[in-house]
Amino acid sequence: MSEAAYNFAYLDEQTKRMIRRAILKGLAVPGYQVPFASREMPMPYGWGTGGVQVSAAVLTPDDRFKVIDQGADDTTNAVSIRSFFERTAGVDTTTKTAEASVIQTRHRIPEEPLTEDQILVYQVPIPEPLRFLEPRESETRKMHSLEEYGLMHVKLYEDISRHGHIATSYAYPVKVEGRYVMDPSPIPKFDNPKLGDMAAIQLFGAGREQRIYALPPYTQVVSLDFEDHPFEASKADHACALCGAEHSYLDEVIVDDSGKRMFVCSDTDFCESRRAAGHVGEQAA
Amino acid sequence: MTPLLSVQGITKTYGAHIGCADVSFDLYPGEVMGIVGESGSGKSTLLNCMAGHLVPDAGQVVFDTRSDGPRDTVTMSEPERRMLGRTDWAFVHQHARDGLRMGVSAGGNVGERLMAVGDRHYGDIRDKATDWLERVEIHASRVDDRPTTFSGGMQQRLQIARNLVTGPRLVFMDEPTGGLDVSVQARLLDLLRGLVRDMGLSAIIVTHDLAVVRLLADRLMVMKSGHVVETGLTDQVLDDPQHAYSQLLVSSVLQV
Ligand SMILES: [Zn+2]
Repeated sequence: MSEAAYNFAYLDEQTKRMIRRAILKGLAVPGYQVPFASREMPMPYGWGTGGVQVSAAVLTPDDRFKVIDQGADDTTNAVSIRSFFERTAGVDTTTKTAEASVIQTRHRIPEEPLTEDQILVYQVPIPEPLRFLEPRESETRKMHSLEEYGLMHVKLYEDISRHGHIATSYAYPVKVEGRYVMDPSPIPKFDNPKLGDMAAIQLFGAGREQRIYALPPYTQVVSLDFEDHPFEASKADHACALCGAEHSYLDEVIVDDSGKRMFVCSDTDFCESRRAAGHVGEQAA
Repeated sequence: MTPLLSVQGITKTYGAHIGCADVSFDLYPGEVMGIVGESGSGKSTLLNCMAGHLVPDAGQVVFDTRSDGPRDTVTMSEPERRMLGRTDWAFVHQHARDGLRMGVSAGGNVGERLMAVGDRHYGDIRDKATDWLERVEIHASRVDDRPTTFSGGMQQRLQIARNLVTGPRLVFMDEPTGGLDVSVQARLLDLLRGLVRDMGLSAIIVTHDLAVVRLLADRLMVMKSGHVVETGLTDQVLDDPQHAYSQLLVSSVLQV
């Protein structure tokens, strides 16, 4: 089949309408998991098919699209999704957070604050935060509808009893507008505070599990915790070795054959922008 | 005095088969009611109808709630009934693994009901869980161990602790000693008797084991084929059974 034979953004209009309805419902009931009929995409599950379908449903020809995978624009996954929409939707793409109107992400929220003109689309592997302790879907659905969330704290309790502190550092559960408990996808808990009160629309797509959920702009999002073990948005206690940033999320990378390590911003665009503006870290060559 | 639980005309059928038929009784605060009968007598169906696990075809299960007084739990909303299920009611399953989270530590199992009703202080939850482990004779050092590492008797005692930690006013028990070795049963019964006495628990215990009701129950209901055939004070029924079926049950025990 030739490229031209694809509908705009690959999915047919009827499918996109169905996904948009799920998105609108998700925005109307923040944090609630809306079922949708996930379509086969020309990439395997686990490669962001949920996020790709959500992006396909919200993209317009005028959009500028950015894809990040653990903060980086240049991983195989990010590159292949970006080129997929270049091919099938003909949209412009960018690696600049500030220039993008739609950003699809796996495992991070950009460091640079997003605006009301932007949509952040998360790839979600497991949308159900209660599944860890309650595998029965019928029961977790009931727990959500009846606001029975004691089990979520059992998970955190187990963390503390085993590790002495809340060791959950990714996919840290949150409560949305005092109602639904939500899995923010495997972002580091460092990013959790950015979920709340964000100016941009946040959409979450789980392809294999066929769920979409959403946070409209300026939504209250609270990370669960205990009074005597309060939530902490922790990160490695270093500054970025390249740009000197002290409050960005850092990856530890091995830099040479002798195993030398350094900490650098996981958000590559953020780091590059800072360096371009003249910020210098300890290891900057 | 207002009954804590007033069961009126509970009937449950499965097609043409009668689960239980037109069962009525009152349970007063601090009272333990034993329900005995063979398997298939309808005692478990009745228990599950009372505890809200099954919807009866007819009848009422009126519970004296803390906030609104007597309410029919069959017709109350599901959220209300589930709230009762994790606050004022407790249910001890025959098989501990049906009533425990096997992948969660002993402390987490006991703490779950506390967290379900809003406890948010880890240290307090853990202290209460540890205290309850000791009350059911599980050493405090086991608080972080999973129930999979516990013996059958310990698992059952853990299930009891998990149920009693929120101070429920009514405990449903389904063959609580079933499947345990005789010596383990004796210890568990002893423990249950102590808890019932110390906490002034109200309970409904379903069992086929007359030794259990002899030790724990103030009153007894004998069921056969879905019907209550005899009811009375436990000692009266066991020492001087009136119905032919009760006589048969008692004599079969005495022959052992
Ligand atoms: Zn940097």
